[in-house]
Amino acid sequence: MIQRAASNAEPILTVRNLTTRFRTDLGLVTAVDDVSFDVAAGETLGIVGESGCGKTVTSKSIMRLLPEQVTRIDPKSRILFKGVNLATADEAAMRSIRGDKIAMIFQEPMTSLNPVFRVGWQIDEALKYHTTLNRAQRRARTIEMLRLVEIPNPERRVDEYPHQLSGGMRQRVMIAIALCCEPDILIADEPTTALDVTIQAQILNLMEGLKRKLNTAIVLITHNLGVVAQVCDRVIVMYAGRIIETGSVHDIFHRPQHPYTQALLESIPKRGRREHGKRLPTIPGIVPSLHDLPSHCRFADRCRYKQDKCIAAEPDLIETGDGRAYRCFYPLNQAPAAPTVGAR
Amino acid sequence: MALMEVRNLVKRFPVRGGVLNRVIGHVHAVSDVSFDVHKGETLGVVGESGCGKSTLGKMLIRLIEPTSGTIRYEGKDITTLDHVELMPFRRTMQIIFQDPYSSLNPRLTVRSLLREAIAFHRIVPRAEMDEYITNLIRKVGLRADAADKFPHEFSGGQRQRIGIARALATRPEFIVADEPVSALDVSIQAQVLNLLMDLKDEFGLTLVFISHDLKVIQHFCDRVMVMYLGRAVEMMPCLDLDEQARHPYSKALLGANPIDDPSDRRPLTILQGDVPSPFNVPKGCPFTGRCPEVIDRCREEMPPAVSHSDGHLVACWVASEGVAECQRGA
Repeated sequence: MIQRAASNAEPILTVRNLTTRFRTDLGLVTAVDDVSFDVAAGETLGIVGESGCGKTVTSKSIMRLLPEQVTRIDPKSRILFKGVNLATADEAAMRSIRGDKIAMIFQEPMTSLNPVFRVGWQIDEALKYHTTLNRAQRRARTIEMLRLVEIPNPERRVDEYPHQLSGGMRQRVMIAIALCCEPDILIADEPTTALDVTIQAQILNLMEGLKRKLNTAIVLITHNLGVVAQVCDRVIVMYAGRIIETGSVHDIFHRPQHPYTQALLESIPKRGRREHGKRLPTIPGIVPSLHDLPSHCRFADRCRYKQDKCIAAEPDLIETGDGRAYRCFYPLNQAPAAPTVGAR
Repeated sequence: MALMEVRNLVKRFPVRGGVLNRVIGHVHAVSDVSFDVHKGETLGVVGESGCGKSTLGKMLIRLIEPTSGTIRYEGKDITTLDHVELMPFRRTMQIIFQDPYSSLNPRLTVRSLLREAIAFHRIVPRAEMDEYITNLIRKVGLRADAADKFPHEFSGGQRQRIGIARALATRPEFIVADEPVSALDVSIQAQVLNLLMDLKDEFGLTLVFISHDLKVIQHFCDRVMVMYLGRAVEMMPCLDLDEQARHPYSKALLGANPIDDPSDRRPLTILQGDVPSPFNVPKGCPFTGRCPEVIDRCREEMPPAVSHSDGHLVACWVASEGVAECQRGA
């Protein structure tokens, strides 16, 4: 697989200082805090983290799919796509981008299709808004899309309702809807989490093939590190609303710098004799509540390398220039020159 | 010694329909499954949704009545016992459910939901109840003050710990863990798996561990049974799974699991199609529709479980070709 560095391609989406807050009964909570990243054409960017870390809110902020009444996207946030700041764009502008230039597939293929409309109608809807094709052309395109996502018998399936399809097929229909306008960016929020592993393999394979065919950038949000290792070029690790580490997939897996990334990787059950039946390394405690975030490093309370400095202040996200960044006072796996022994 | 012997276990659920609401067919949830569970082992049951693994697990402790077949526990056939005779087995056999959110009564405090089973089975005298509950709660890694809280006050991982405490409350010997970590985040999953390992050692438990996650099974279990569409297609020691799996479905399951290493990228094994509906099970081997190695015989006859080596049973015509007929297993 081709390794795409962040630097050699012009970013197609630039997110800067994205901060999303929700009004709740217990006051304002910051679900996404000062998140910045780029997405280049044709790359697959993984966003990983545990539930509540802000990965879904990040993607829905980009798509502006969060409920307006309770959501505040901070005015300093910038989400730049083709010269438009999506953070402040009006609904009309968003509607022309959403589904056409940037498309999204959701975690729950069971609930994200409308049960009372035929699947063909739901693909057609996107084409009707975003293209000038006539009815017959749209129908042909709809069937072509279903064939592209490898749904058997597309001529028949196009007139079926979602309940007549299996979970894997429903997710393919979601992908067909997302890709029918050939978007520049596909945001996939846990696209395979609800699916069986053999079906997951089919869907990942399909996304990979379509990416190559259409040069679509994919933002893949998942908590499955195996999926990330197999399909992503670059990875963002989030924790309690913050980016805590970014880097190429190889850097993240082989040379993690943030203790959370390291701990997360270690806690996956391993195959093989050496580890069989052994206790798994764990991260003690739980993710802090967004209502009650510490003012120091958000991971400090669970960190095995915690020092005094970590509970005195919050580290900044430090960029090291090679597409890597980490938010830690005492990063692991520094370049060989830096002495790490004895540093902690 | 086998703690539990399962023979030819079948569960068919009737499906009703039409204006007269007559039985129009059956869902074949579990078809002719036989295996032993050895004392002190962890037996993994792996398969995709709808393969019958949860139905099987619930049948083992008679939360679901089998249609036919026998389950012997310590030599005693428990499939025919009435609810009074079953009572002592209800104490020794427990279950941990998948969903920590819906398996605890939201109206009961942790103390009262634990007390119910302890009092019913008269595990400890009333005077020692509070102390017993406090110890139990500590044992599963919660603070003692958790006893007077309600389930909604806990996170998913903590709730699963309560679910484990509930299962342990009656001092069981045999526990069915039905996807106990599937709903949890990776870091929490590791905590709960460690807890299960510790408790298993401490109390000498025998576990049937049901999961769709092969990685968890491979890490945690001694033996594994692979199920497809209600049938056990392969059974073997867990450690041999990577190299020794013979059934095409087990191999596909292994190959479809993404490896956690970006330097080891390989094409995932792609099986065509979906799991067929258990309402309409094909004749012969249930895997024929998706199997890359299918031969004519597979469509006609269900392959028997054949012993390939000690403790390794495979139900596949192709994989078992050449393996002597006399080695046919149970």
